[in-house]
Amino acid sequence: MLSVVGLIFWAAVFGVLFRVLRYFKGVEEIGALLAAKLLSLALLSFVSVLLLSNVITALSSFFLARDLDLLVSSPVDWMRIYLAKLGETLLHSSWMVALMAVPIFAAYGVVYKAGILFPLVAAGSFLPFLVLPAVAGSAATLILVNVFPARRTRDLLSIIALGAGAGIIILFRIIRPEQLARPEGFRNLLDFITVLRTPTSPLLPNEWVTKSVMGYLGGKMDWLPLYLLWTTGGAAVVLGAFLHGRLYHTGFTRAQEGAERFVRGGLWGWTLGWLLKPLGAARREFVLKDLKLFFRDTTQWSQLILLAALLLVYLFNIKALPLFRGEQVPFYLRSVVSFLNLALAGFVLASIAARFIFPAVSLEGRQMWLLRSSPLELKALVWSKYWVGTLPLLVLALAITILTNVILRASPFMMAVGIGTIVLLTLAISALALTFGALYPQFETENAAQIPTSFGGLVFMMTTIALLALVIVIESVPVYRYLRAAFNDEPLVISPLMIAAFLLVIGVCVAATVVPLRIALRKIEQFEF
Amino acid sequence: MIQLEKLTKYYGSFCAVDDVTLHVPKGALYGFLGPNGAGKTTTLRMIAGILRPTSGRVLIGGDDVIASPLPAKARLGFIPDRPFVYEKLTGAEFLRFVAGLYGQDGQVVERRIDELLEIFELTAWKNELVESYSHGMRQKLIISSALIHRPEVIVVDEPMVGLDPRAARLLKDLFRKFVARGGTVLMSTHTIEIAEALCDRIAIIQGGKIVAAGTMRELKAQTASGDIGLEELFLRLTGGPAEKELAAVLEDGA
Repeated sequence: MLSVVGLIFWAAVFGVLFRVLRYFKGVEEIGALLAAKLLSLALLSFVSVLLLSNVITALSSFFLARDLDLLVSSPVDWMRIYLAKLGETLLHSSWMVALMAVPIFAAYGVVYKAGILFPLVAAGSFLPFLVLPAVAGSAATLILVNVFPARRTRDLLSIIALGAGAGIIILFRIIRPEQLARPEGFRNLLDFITVLRTPTSPLLPNEWVTKSVMGYLGGKMDWLPLYLLWTTGGAAVVLGAFLHGRLYHTGFTRAQEGAERFVRGGLWGWTLGWLLKPLGAARREFVLKDLKLFFRDTTQWSQLILLAALLLVYLFNIKALPLFRGEQVPFYLRSVVSFLNLALAGFVLASIAARFIFPAVSLEGRQMWLLRSSPLELKALVWSKYWVGTLPLLVLALAITILTNVILRASPFMMAVGIGTIVLLTLAISALALTFGALYPQFETENAAQIPTSFGGLVFMMTTIALLALVIVIESVPVYRYLRAAFNDEPLVISPLMIAAFLLVIGVCVAATVVPLRIALRKIEQFEF
Repeated sequence: MIQLEKLTKYYGSFCAVDDVTLHVPKGALYGFLGPNGAGKTTTLRMIAGILRPTSGRVLIGGDDVIASPLPAKARLGFIPDRPFVYEKLTGAEFLRFVAGLYGQDGQVVERRIDELLEIFELTAWKNELVESYSHGMRQKLIISSALIHRPEVIVVDEPMVGLDPRAARLLKDLFRKFVARGGTVLMSTHTIEIAEALCDRIAIIQGGKIVAAGTMRELKAQTASGDIGLEELFLRLTGGPAEKELAAVLEDGA
């Protein structure tokens, strides 16, 4: 399944790039320059992603991995440990970028008819390109760990990484790159070519890879960039090893220190504890426990930063739609956008549920001995997990739907349809997330952020997309009738077909809520530890 | 108090516990001995309701752990061999959470938490996250959690692992007093001295089957052994040490 999705993704990247490059190739004078600029920019984005992911991965592989106690205490040369751990860091942080690069290079190779030696040139340029950020990231981590304790560094890094990611997303959206594509943005062709010819920085490795690859594709192989890539890569490994030899031991010792956290936690008890009193001791303590664990785990709550950024971008996109420019855009077009927005909002909610609700059962794994040996009803467990995840999701769902409908100036009918559907969908999406999390549990994973990227996470997303499609298809019947009536200026007559369609949506969503939750309960009852 | 009836557990085709029948009377401190992989932990986890038996049943105070789990489990305090606790809760919060699972809250629980943390010398760590606790401290916290709801039965898997001598002594005294007040303890252990010094009755499990059960006197009678210690008795029942192989391993190979 995963490989099929991967292949589709590869094919899509290749297809889009192939078309773009073929178009570039047809442009006189500046075609090759455009293709080189595009490659350079793609590689530059790779450098930034690689640097960040190498820093985070190096922290785990060099300082927090379980095999380190054995490795450090065994009579193995430090240089070997450095090289092995560098290789591990490189592999774990770069595999996705490397896979992404395959269709990109393939498109360049095919469009420029590069011949059978091109893969060798591409791989020969790309490999040292991956080594450089791995060494730089590992060195940065080494220095960071010598300044802060490792566990605190991990918290710090995940916040910085997500903050940076969120910032980039918002910035990228707010500068509205679609406007840059307008030719009137540049005064004349010469300015445009000057911009294209200027390298981002001649000292950055992405420029070297671009020069090496584009040189080969242009029929004039330039060996200097390739030479620069390999020698700089080699020199970086030597420097990295030198730094490792000097700083690793003190850093590793510091990494053994705890995060030293002293928590009173009284606020939770006084506020929420009091509010949740009617739930009874077991459910109340369970809900409180889940909330405390969430907000005290940096890898969990820091994802909220990214979420906030995505939401901002989402609303910004709706606002940026060219619906209110020029002549009055017909009412039915805004209604169609409002209706289709339900599917998009549902998809956003499913992604959030995959992040926060899907891992809920997996995260109980190691402590299941306690829950199973106590007289806690497993129903209460499922209930708590479900509502702790669903209520915030519901608030978010309503906020998205109401805000977008207000922005779109949707009619009361569309607003009512939107709110009703999104409430039903949210209840079902939460139930599906919890259930697929129980059906495909990952009890041994320490990092909650990794759980949604598993096979079960993928199955959950696909099921949810199918549910969204089904609901939209069924509801399109009454919405179409409503729009047709509005378009023809006729009064809306609620027909039995419309009522049946709405009832069917309610039935589908209720079934998609209740049946999965029952399955989840049965599955949890069968868990053995 | 604990009744195992024809208890059997299969993992796939492997039989971990084979038709075990055992009665642990109220007020007894019962030892459960056996070599590694004999089925001790599986049996205890079935008693605690964590694993479902393939066949047979477990009764605690007359209630079936599977058929009527709530009253059965309410009587039970379980201490596992590996102290997995929520890392991001403090010691006090963890105990409050466990009390909640047993439906208890309020000032009574708060007093009980202070009392238990003081007994196990964890008061200074009360508001520290569990992630900063050592293995032994986590073990003490879990023992405290098993006692928070004042259970009638304690089922404990390898209780002394990771405890310092002071805490180990404390735990032995605690179990004795618990039993003296009418409580029941079923304890698995590898440490023969502890079983010999502490337990009223002992069951020895080997290959998933109970090979002997009773008081020390009864065990000796069953095996027709003379005046020998529990260690010797255990080794006789479970196959004894392969001394020849041990010697071969320790030789320098010259």
